[in-house]
Amino acid sequence: MNRRENLKLLFTGSLASGFLLTHCTPEQKQADMSPKVLGGTPGGRTEEEKIRDQKLLADTFLTEDERKKLDVLTDIIMPASEGFGSATDAKVTDFLEFMMKDYPAYQTPMRGGLMWLDHYSDESYGKKFLELDESQRMTIIDEIAWPDKAKPEMEGAVRFFNMLRNLTATGYFTSEIGFKYMDYKGNTPNVWDGVPDEVMKKHGFAYEEKYLSLYLKPEDRGKVAEWDGEGNLVG
Amino acid sequence: MSFEIKSTAESYDAIIVGSGAGGGMAAKILSEAGLAVAVVEAGGDFDPAKDEYRTQLRYPWESPRRGAGTRVRPFGDFDQAIGGWDIEGEPYTRGEGTSFDWFRSRMLGGRTNHWGRISLRFGPNDFKRASIDGMGDDWPIGYDDVKPYYDKVDRLIGVFGTKEGIYNEPDGFFLPPPKPRLHEMYYAKGAKKANVPVIPSRLSMLTRPINSERGVCFFCNQCNRACQVYADFSSGTVLVKPAMAKGKVDLFTHAMVRAVTLDDAGNATGVSYVSKTDMKEYKLRARVVVLGASACESARIMLNSKSKTHPNGVGNSSGMVGRYLHDSTGADRMGIMPELIDRERYNEDGVGGMHVYTPWWLDNKKLDFARGYHIEVWGGMGMPSYGTGFSMDTMRKYIKDEFGNPSPNGGYGEGLKKDIRRLYGSTLGMSGRGESIPMYSNYCEIDNKVVDKYGIPVLKFHYKWTDQEIKQAKHMQDTFEEILTNAGAVLLGQKPGPDTMYGLAAPGRIIHEVGTTRMGNDPNKSVLNSNCQAHDCKNLFVVDAGPFVSQADKNPTWTILALAWRTSDYIVAELKKKNI
Repeated sequence: MNRRENLKLLFTGSLASGFLLTHCTPEQKQADMSPKVLGGTPGGRTEEEKIRDQKLLADTFLTEDERKKLDVLTDIIMPASEGFGSATDAKVTDFLEFMMKDYPAYQTPMRGGLMWLDHYSDESYGKKFLELDESQRMTIIDEIAWPDKAKPEMEGAVRFFNMLRNLTATGYFTSEIGFKYMDYKGNTPNVWDGVPDEVMKKHGFAYEEKYLSLYLKPEDRGKVAEWDGEGNLVG
Repeated sequence: MSFEIKSTAESYDAIIVGSGAGGGMAAKILSEAGLAVAVVEAGGDFDPAKDEYRTQLRYPWESPRRGAGTRVRPFGDFDQAIGGWDIEGEPYTRGEGTSFDWFRSRMLGGRTNHWGRISLRFGPNDFKRASIDGMGDDWPIGYDDVKPYYDKVDRLIGVFGTKEGIYNEPDGFFLPPPKPRLHEMYYAKGAKKANVPVIPSRLSMLTRPINSERGVCFFCNQCNRACQVYADFSSGTVLVKPAMAKGKVDLFTHAMVRAVTLDDAGNATGVSYVSKTDMKEYKLRARVVVLGASACESARIMLNSKSKTHPNGVGNSSGMVGRYLHDSTGADRMGIMPELIDRERYNEDGVGGMHVYTPWWLDNKKLDFARGYHIEVWGGMGMPSYGTGFSMDTMRKYIKDEFGNPSPNGGYGEGLKKDIRRLYGSTLGMSGRGESIPMYSNYCEIDNKVVDKYGIPVLKFHYKWTDQEIKQAKHMQDTFEEILTNAGAVLLGQKPGPDTMYGLAAPGRIIHEVGTTRMGNDPNKSVLNSNCQAHDCKNLFVVDAGPFVSQADKNPTWTILALAWRTSDYIVAELKKKNI
């Protein structure tokens, strides 16, 4: 559903026309011809926010090598499954790149963690992480991915992987692919009329009798409210 | 930088400082009475109906930080309250060993762009607490004085709810409330077992239209992003803009007020402000000055407004400006509901807040603390945003497979992905918001050593919780645990204990600060009279939460609106009688 259709849904009856007309009038704006990096947050930004987003988007923190490692690692954490794409399909590494600059406190643990991974790969197999075969990679990941089972000397690496798991999972589940996988149903105009009956029954609930006549009735959403002097709704 | 002070030729009947709940209401009522009004706002213009301002209905991937909070938007990248606890160039300081965090919104509508639209009336007891428990002071007015204005606010702005007949939770003119969500049914189940009442919420969103100027709620759960059809209340969309369309109202934006200007007789002549656009100082003149800059900002302006007749700041003959600063108490707890793991998907966004809540239900005479709290409920299938999928290193063990075996913490891969999907929407949480005791020793004052980037001396805060608030927080934690356990939840984290004051939030964190310019009949003990008029400056008024003598366990906005209307009526009447 596009935005215009959304807006149409919002209004009922005669309320709609005037408001929609004012909506459709474009504001006269002076053209800003300066070069822009795409991708800053839209909607009511202050000048300082616009400048900051532009700077963060223009700067680069991760090296090519770090990006390659993160592509591999994030796909291990969030692989493709059930026909839904993986972390790299959801461009999670781009999100990580941005977050490193937005929350600079992530930078050292991330860079250091990736450095450690190469060091430990070299200690274990005489090769860097990206040069390992899959079973070698997974042997190392299994040593750092399970906080309750990991050896005490792995604590630092476990913390690195916890951070990476957090950011990768959140990057995935806040992407379009992640929304579809989650089967999220909201963020669209609708009329809330309570929990679906079959769900209420399954959980053993029923709405309280004394409130049933007081709850919003969808068919009343177009009627302007009127009260008597005691505050009772009469219209 | 060159510096000059310019006086505009224009003169107004009234200057209103701040465009939040109090300033917006004053702008509407005073302009409808035919007065020429200037509204002076420290932030920029804002209108969510224009697409350039819209964040409503946006998806997290439209933000490069996926909706994570920033310094200017601590509640998230799409949140439309611009400012926060830590504003660049606008510092404040704290006395040693005390704490206070000061949340500000620099924009048209002020902090009405932030609040949860919980719109509760103060009850008869809330105006007379000293008579009940001997602490603090009674208000010089009572519920009957404010009731007609609450009634008018209900009808002008719109609030849903139900008539319950609870003495200290007065009913109003309510729109129909939405039905509870599933996690709210579980909350009610758990609360009922603990003999804790649960009633429909009272929030200012239009479930039905109240006029032809505002649309109705379409249940996106995003009031904090500002509503493009004005179905929720914020001062900019519901009060200031309509006042500008109908009356003589000039809006000055990016205008940071330094002081109330005063004549030799001690009367207010207008305000001086710094324009953030050109960093020059300007003066505006008016017959009446109305401060609605927020409890602390209005106190700051008064303390910075010194003259021969007001050597300690205008309104401050009593020395009470800044004193009795108090915020709501706050504590929270959450759990996971095994019954809600792997739940059915449907759109349960609802309104931008809880559909049910618990008003204060106990008798303090039988408790070891003096004042009450209400409980707010949260949880359910909200839109995934920055933070979704976090903490699987500690929370994954709560997810069990079909044979009852718990998942291991941490991990990766398809199993982790599935578990995050199964866990989604299974949390149930609650927050207590309670009344604190107003204390002379909790206050803000001018810090003479520090100025903001506009050269205006800043506030220094001194605030410590007392045993009353700490015991109340302990009671909250016991109650939360009982309700969550009754509801069948697995409690998350350790129960907060005495080392953290039972999870009691730092003063200022609940953003309900009041009391800095309190009203009273005795000019030696209060700043304002019962009409919110300064005892020592007849044409100076305060319409924010500064005049509150005590705060109740209610969110202050509905009372700010009612008092601002009442004060505005008084200003119009006094001007007519030529008393000011």
